[in-house]
Amino acid sequence: MKNKPSSKFYNGISAPYALWCVLFIVAPLIIVLYYALTNSDGNFTLDNIKHLSMYGDTIARSIYFGLIATVICLFISYPLAYFISKTKASTQSVLIMMVMVPMWMNFLLRTYAIMVLFEDTGIINNILNALGISPVHLINTSGAVIFGMVYNYLPFMILPLYTAMTKLDYRLIEAARDLGANGFQTVKDVMIPLTKSGIISGITMVFVPSVSTFYISQKLGGGKYTLIGDIIEMQFQTAYNYNLGASISMLLMILILICLAVMNKFGEDQTEGGVVV
Amino acid sequence: MEKTELIVKEAANAAGKTIIKLKDIKVAFDGEQILKDLNLEIKDGEFVTLLGPSGCGKTTTLRIIAGFLEPDSGEVIFEDKCINGVPAHQRQVNTIFQRYALFPHLNVYDNIAFGLRLKKMPEAEIKQKVEEMLSIVDLKGFNRRRVESLSGGQQQRVAIARALAVDPRVLLLDEPLGALDLKLRKDMQVELKNIQQRLGITFIYVTHDQEEALSMSDKIVVMDHGEIQHIGTPEDIYNEPANAFVADFIGESNILDGIMKKDFKVEFSGHVFDCVDKGFNENELVDVVIRPEDVDVCEPENGMISGTVTSVIFKGVHYEIIVDVKGFKWMIQSTDIQYEGDEIGILIKPDEIHIMKKSKYSGMFGDYSSFSDEMDYISDASAVFSETDDIDE
Amino acid sequence: MSKKLSGGSKLYLAVIFIILYAPIFVLVFYSFNSSNSTSVFTGFSLHWYKELVKDTATIAALRNTLVLAVVSSVISTFIGTVTSVGLHYTKTKLYKKSVMTTTNIPMMNPDIVTGISMMLLFVFVGALLHKSGVLGFGTMLIAHITFQLPYVILNILPRFKTMDKYLIDAAEDLGCTPIQAFTKVTLPYIKAEVLAAFIMAFTLSLDDFVISYFVSGPTFQTLPIHIYSMTKKRVTPDMYALSTIIFIVVFILLVLSNMAQDQERMEKRRIRRELRQEKKEREAI
Repeated sequence: MKNKPSSKFYNGISAPYALWCVLFIVAPLIIVLYYALTNSDGNFTLDNIKHLSMYGDTIARSIYFGLIATVICLFISYPLAYFISKTKASTQSVLIMMVMVPMWMNFLLRTYAIMVLFEDTGIINNILNALGISPVHLINTSGAVIFGMVYNYLPFMILPLYTAMTKLDYRLIEAARDLGANGFQTVKDVMIPLTKSGIISGITMVFVPSVSTFYISQKLGGGKYTLIGDIIEMQFQTAYNYNLGASISMLLMILILICLAVMNKFGEDQTEGGVVV
Repeated sequence: MEKTELIVKEAANAAGKTIIKLKDIKVAFDGEQILKDLNLEIKDGEFVTLLGPSGCGKTTTLRIIAGFLEPDSGEVIFEDKCINGVPAHQRQVNTIFQRYALFPHLNVYDNIAFGLRLKKMPEAEIKQKVEEMLSIVDLKGFNRRRVESLSGGQQQRVAIARALAVDPRVLLLDEPLGALDLKLRKDMQVELKNIQQRLGITFIYVTHDQEEALSMSDKIVVMDHGEIQHIGTPEDIYNEPANAFVADFIGESNILDGIMKKDFKVEFSGHVFDCVDKGFNENELVDVVIRPEDVDVCEPENGMISGTVTSVIFKGVHYEIIVDVKGFKWMIQSTDIQYEGDEIGILIKPDEIHIMKKSKYSGMFGDYSSFSDEMDYISDASAVFSETDDIDE
Repeated sequence: MSKKLSGGSKLYLAVIFIILYAPIFVLVFYSFNSSNSTSVFTGFSLHWYKELVKDTATIAALRNTLVLAVVSSVISTFIGTVTSVGLHYTKTKLYKKSVMTTTNIPMMNPDIVTGISMMLLFVFVGALLHKSGVLGFGTMLIAHITFQLPYVILNILPRFKTMDKYLIDAAEDLGCTPIQAFTKVTLPYIKAEVLAAFIMAFTLSLDDFVISYFVSGPTFQTLPIHIYSMTKKRVTPDMYALSTIIFIVVFILLVLSNMAQDQERMEKRRIRRELRQEKKEREAI
């Protein structure tokens, strides 16, 4: 009943993208599934799935490290984002810019720099030495791997939290205080529920890359703390067992989907996430 | 509805050439009938107002005339030519939109020049035309201003200038004053009316504000549920409403159930009143409308009927008095004060009684005790301003 | 609303920022070292910067990275803009919903899964066509466009929500054909978001390592892949020099964009001031 360009026209101009989605998002995932369920000759097999049980430790470690890194990021970022949002507008934009600068630096080089800092004869230990304190062993520990995750993905937590906090109506906090809530209650009952969208997108943006990383564990864990990403990388770049690699990837994807689904259940009433930068 | 047709015919014979004619327009959206067989004639140079509550189909009617919407059936006739299927950009009709729809990336000058540039008018002429328009809307010197930096009233003026610049034959105004505050609204009403009279362009004006409609229009079209309820001059509509809906929507009114005893005699509230209406069947049930300012108050024993005052509110010029007469709450406007709990008498002159045939609206309005619900229904329209009006997605 | 921060919170901000910048300053600092040690600073020198310029492999990788970033972001911005318009105006709700759901997949999926899924697709299709060595510029380009598109679309699409729905009607009312209405009104309206989407797509492409790592071949190496192969061994300080240069470029770009934003804020403030002034004048009369 309208004589404007019809819905057909608009569907038409978005069709190339829809086709692109099918070819390069949906089809690849189907092919991953295909590889996971076949052997190198292309015959159907469940061996790749059975092999997954070998990697139980690795999978558990990946999730454990990912969770710890995410929680640390959240605890560091929440007050940080709050403090930033409390400064005046011009300071805010400078501080947020400072959060973003390291993000645009190559992440391999950043991780490499952490290695340089942490080495037994690295800068931190040199400084400790000069101060007469006995050196600490930092590199190739689980702590170093988790530090690497926190360091690399911290901005992904800060930015959505900051966005959520700038949308926060500060009169609500005043109202809570006015109604007798103490500082802790105000945070728990007012601030956290109101910034839930930011918290959820922050957690997602830190947890997903942490669980699936492979470079950080290689450089800072010295190969002692193999993660799920390392195994996938190995299957594709050195072992050339694409079928096993595909089945591990499927598993990783499913694990993350489950984690995200659980999290979204917590934040069901918040549909719009924070800004993804 | 007979009366409606009569009025249309009378008006058509009176003067002017018909510029726009809508014939049997039907529109449905998502299975809901938005316009049901709409017939309307608008004459050149007229100021016509489409008046009705939110969702009555007035904006849809406007969009059909503008060419943004094609009716499911029926014809849109512009000067004897059917213009169904002619796209908006080829119609000699322009629109002032609800929240002005000024182009945010252009300044005042470029907004007004927008339509002229599309017509490939030479820049020198455009400049002259824009200056002329700016002086009409009293915005001289605003050429280079960004539209975002203008106040609501100023944006409104730019929108008027932009639409008038392309020399429309008909200007459509969709709740143009809805976003302005009361005082500015009143000023703009006068100004719009002046512009219309000066330029002699046909204005088709959509509003839910009955006061605005009464004070500006040559002709008012009262609509509800996709149907025209009444077409007439403001006086007609106020004094001789076609049915209970119109009586209620326009101004304050007491609407009572009555029985037409015979010509010039009507019974309501347990009393037989003299009236000036005739032509009804004997003992036909009718709706009776009496405007609150037409009721005279007297001593209880002298009244045609009498009742108890239940509330008195001072309104400035008059007192608004609610009187309970046998369970029906009358609203009376009087300059004399009465006191709550007092017994008073009521007098009504025969020519102040208006009799209407029963319609589907009978019994929906009237008693003041139930008035609050119905007020909500009407004030809905003003609260959401046309945001949800008609079939906007 | 903005109270002064307490000393404690200032200290907290300072500590976090120091940790955030420490590794970067290590790189910057040692890029000026005359020896290749990362523990002893033997003296200031630009030696590693000269080495960097002479390093043809790195320069080639840099050139590849820029070419790929420009080509992929131009294509993804174009497709993304057209798609956003189509998706905003479509009446087929189910179609829009399914496209948007698919769009979210690459954003939710870990990069490594996106990378290997595309690699397997290319290898699979290559095997079907009996071609080996399919991985190269073409596959990199497809992969980059694929992960850029969701960001482009999610950047532009929300802008339409704030657009007055009568704007297009107004343009047509004043004589625009639907196509003119698009070029004269819609496009200027979303201009800023399209530009932001382009910049985002460009930086995503520059920075991507994980996906590129799986879909690249020996014929076409980008800078992150080149850096990766170097960090497998002991890194020479010319990489530090490179990261210093990247740092400075990024820093300058961000400062510039920050200044542009500030200017915009100032402009808005000026307009508000003018409005207040006018109101006062009106009231005076």
